[in-house]
Amino acid sequence: MRRISDKIIQISGNVIMVLAPGVKYGELALVSSERGDSFAEIIRIEEERVYLQVFSGSIGISTGDKVTFLGHEMRVHFSKNLLGRVFDGTGRPRDGRPSLNENLIQVSGSTVNPVKRIIPSRMIHTGIPMIDMFNSLVESQKISIFTTPGEPYNELLVRVALQAKVDITILGGMGLRYDDYLFLKNTLERDGALSRSVLFIHTAADPVVECLMVPDLSLAVAERFALNGERVLVLLTDMKNFCDALKEIAIIMEHVPSNRGYPGDLYSQLASRYEKAVDFEDFGSVTILSVTTMPGDDITHPVPDNTGYITEGQYYLTNKRIEPFGSLSRLKQFVNENTREDHRSLMDTMVQLYAFYQDTKEKKAMGFRMSSWDNKLLKYGNLFERDLMDLSVNMPLKDALDRGWGILAECFEREETGLRTELVNKFWPKEMILCHGEDQTYQDSTEKRKRQPEAL
Amino acid sequence: MKLDSNSENHKKKRWGMIVGIDKNMITVQFKGTLKQNEVGYAVLKGCRLKSEVIRIMGDKADLQVFEETRGLKRGDLVEFTDELLSVELGPGLLGRVFDGLQNPLNELVEKGGFFLPRGTYLTALPDDVRWIFTPRVRPGDSVEAADIIGTVPESIFIHKIMVPFYLSGRYQVIDIAEPGTYRKNEQIALLKDGRGGRIPLSMSFQWPIKIPVSLYRERLDPVEPLITRIRIIDTFFPVAKGGTYCIPGPFGAGKTVLQQITSRNAEVNVVIIAACGERAGEVVETIREFPRVTDPVTGKSLMERTIIICNTSSMPLAARESSVYTAVTLGEYYRQMGLHVLLLADSTSRWAQAMRERSGRLEEIPGEEAFPAYLESIVANLYERAGLVSLKDGTMGSVTICGTVSPAGGNFEEPVTQATLKVVGAFHGLSRERSDARRYPAIDPLESWSNYRGIIDIDTRNRILKLISRANEIDQMMKVVGEEGISLDDYLLYLQGNFIDSVYLQQNAFDRVDSATSSERQIKVFSLLMDILDTPLSVKNKEEARTYFGKLRQIFLDYNSSSEGSVEFHENERRIKDIVVEHQGDTSQVGKTSLRSVLVESDLDSHFRRSTSMKATGNGSLTIQKEEDEKDIR
Repeated sequence: MRRISDKIIQISGNVIMVLAPGVKYGELALVSSERGDSFAEIIRIEEERVYLQVFSGSIGISTGDKVTFLGHEMRVHFSKNLLGRVFDGTGRPRDGRPSLNENLIQVSGSTVNPVKRIIPSRMIHTGIPMIDMFNSLVESQKISIFTTPGEPYNELLVRVALQAKVDITILGGMGLRYDDYLFLKNTLERDGALSRSVLFIHTAADPVVECLMVPDLSLAVAERFALNGERVLVLLTDMKNFCDALKEIAIIMEHVPSNRGYPGDLYSQLASRYEKAVDFEDFGSVTILSVTTMPGDDITHPVPDNTGYITEGQYYLTNKRIEPFGSLSRLKQFVNENTREDHRSLMDTMVQLYAFYQDTKEKKAMGFRMSSWDNKLLKYGNLFERDLMDLSVNMPLKDALDRGWGILAECFEREETGLRTELVNKFWPKEMILCHGEDQTYQDSTEKRKRQPEAL
Repeated sequence: MKLDSNSENHKKKRWGMIVGIDKNMITVQFKGTLKQNEVGYAVLKGCRLKSEVIRIMGDKADLQVFEETRGLKRGDLVEFTDELLSVELGPGLLGRVFDGLQNPLNELVEKGGFFLPRGTYLTALPDDVRWIFTPRVRPGDSVEAADIIGTVPESIFIHKIMVPFYLSGRYQVIDIAEPGTYRKNEQIALLKDGRGGRIPLSMSFQWPIKIPVSLYRERLDPVEPLITRIRIIDTFFPVAKGGTYCIPGPFGAGKTVLQQITSRNAEVNVVIIAACGERAGEVVETIREFPRVTDPVTGKSLMERTIIICNTSSMPLAARESSVYTAVTLGEYYRQMGLHVLLLADSTSRWAQAMRERSGRLEEIPGEEAFPAYLESIVANLYERAGLVSLKDGTMGSVTICGTVSPAGGNFEEPVTQATLKVVGAFHGLSRERSDARRYPAIDPLESWSNYRGIIDIDTRNRILKLISRANEIDQMMKVVGEEGISLDDYLLYLQGNFIDSVYLQQNAFDRVDSATSSERQIKVFSLLMDILDTPLSVKNKEEARTYFGKLRQIFLDYNSSSEGSVEFHENERRIKDIVVEHQGDTSQVGKTSLRSVLVESDLDSHFRRSTSMKATGNGSLTIQKEEDEKDIR
């Protein structure tokens, strides 16, 4: 049964209030104004007063406009027909093709029972050594790329989308610049990956409330695909915009802000989305890789901070590289003992040595005399950055591990690395690989970075 | 205080009507009387949503709903129960996985498959299990609350069946069941109160989670160390049975891994894990692995001594708040049986945030960072439910509480960390620096402290901590003046500090042997370490010193991962001693100087002290020192 109200009492920000008895919390309504129809969702009921957030914004809505309550919650189409399509934040097509109105599913879903979850065990290979070797991406993981505006995070994201071995990719874009949207779409199209992708795109020009729906739509669809046995990778960029949209609505609703204006439930809001990452035993899985831009590279900002506590790690993308410090995949220990026996020890040792290199670099910058050990570290650091960290490097895990041993052998003696003796005996390169590019300097790697877009 | 729910059943059902809905909070209009924290059920087509009264104003009450409120509307009915939010206590709790309201999650799978069905509540204890009951009292005996009337075997323990905690005064046993098998709801005893009223007892009863169980003779000073088999904890920052401690740390510093290791290795009878508002993935490992891991002490699976209360981040918020109380109540129940219980709550920050969200929705005046003003007293109340107690029958039991704290931005100045620090006996601060450098467990030896007695005497403990702190200062100094700018003595101290750090403080959680070090082995290895440090060293220059410690470290790491008593264990131990003897100096100049300088507080101390350092001083009180310039951990 549809209820209709034709008196809007309050319009404030993107939230309107009408008098409507008997409507359900969470129900969807259609607001018809001279600008066209827009969906709205009930976010608070107070006696007869019903508050709705209007997806397309409140501009142009008149107090005399008609609000039709639809009697159901937000829904989205689900079938194989979604593949290759592009939608906006309310599920309408963005690609000029017909809309899909049958076979609708609820966007809000239930929580997965924790006892039905299983220990993650399958690695997703991406061909990026800083991911595969140092912080492996694991099926059913939720992980975020922490970065700052201006870094090539969308490039990295789309590269993962192209190279990761999954069945279906779902891209949720929030507050995207239009050219970023085109870049993402065209890259997927050019490499033929669009046919196994679904895109839900909210651009910076679209109404802010629609941004809030993007993760929910993407994840609802992903969950269904996973229950049908598909391995789904959900890419969300940029979650900072999602949080800002949350903040906007919370402030309009006069919620007490907790930290820098963000609502107190930011953690729970993010968690209920990210927790959709799951591996359904004997069925498919949902893996979430998101982007979180940090204002001013500040990891203590509420958005990256709360995200970090929810996700199972983060890739810290800075200076156009994934830094080993600050990056962490919390699930890697489930997979990297099944890759190769030396994987874990080698990874830890290389990162520890890289930390020493950073100290030494600092010392050098202050003009101290370099000891022979310091010089070894400097050489190691440069090789490490050039051969493994550079974003353009593309190699399977096995090659990356071998290259790791190669770098160690070029720079250190066998007993200097702190690696277990049996591993050293087995993997230390037998003959010394000639140090190609011993005097590689920073300029070299910078140059290489400039060339990177071609590689992508 | 009368808490018996059974006697209230004859009362008429009371109803209220929903007049407002805001997220998980509903406003209900009611007639007659209503209790604060009473449980009500919002009736939605096909299911009932459990909720709790959190504020009463006139004829309206605010209730927090333990479920999603989608679909509710104005005018829907709420049924009040007159009961406070309670848990069921009795045999059959061990080895189980519950949500924050004590719903058994494994049993919910049958109802909801992969997902948690909304508005479905099951009884916590299995109805159909038959327990082998042995009576401990006879008709005519006089009993009171928490007295043992019989026993049943439950997995690894003899579970004591007690007189319900809510009965006050003395009662006479009229009838007691014969030895035999009974289900939890069958009557096993009949009591008579002073006025001749008869009270039938079964093996289980309800207890409200927010009220502490205090039916013991006296609360004692926690003196006995609780061995976690984590070296840095047991040796340097020990925890006591019945004590409290907290683990604050920025994300990614390894809080959860540390708790997981503790839940495996801690030498206690029962471990209760409260996964409160954290990732579901983190409990999965425990749920899946524990049944397959054998506990060396009992010879049975680890799961049989474990209870998991699991209210992860995407599960209903209000139940997150109650999950911690549910966990501690179960802990107190087992303590009444004379057992030692360890409660691991991960994370108390999420728990506090749940209170913050509720407080915000109630439009209370916010305190610091929008946390409610009563945050501190609530945190204190929770930790005060820990304790070592002597029971009426003379046995001892304890509840030890460990809470992780997830400070926003890794900044320990935030309200939850500060409220927690005031009420705990040990502080294991995790640092991002250490975890970035892969120095696990990332407990910062410079910032952590413990007021409990451990397996190593306090003077030795402090001496080594001082050495580590001094080594850190020298490290900082070297960053300014360079390696060549410091003396060989100082450089040796720096190397010694680093050496202790890498071979003793750090522990490889993934190594079969190294992941758990028994207290005996800790004492042995620690004394070997002390021998090494006390042996005067003859090295000519820094290069030589570095090589010496490098070599020593390599063998020591192999030593740590060789199982005690094995051939390689002895071999490695011999090699370590050989190297030390090889480099022993006949003039003990160097060694002496190093030790002396450790004990002399240097002027540089204050300059290079870390941002917020808290250390236990000799008399056990705390000194807190802050420096303005380096507030954030980052």
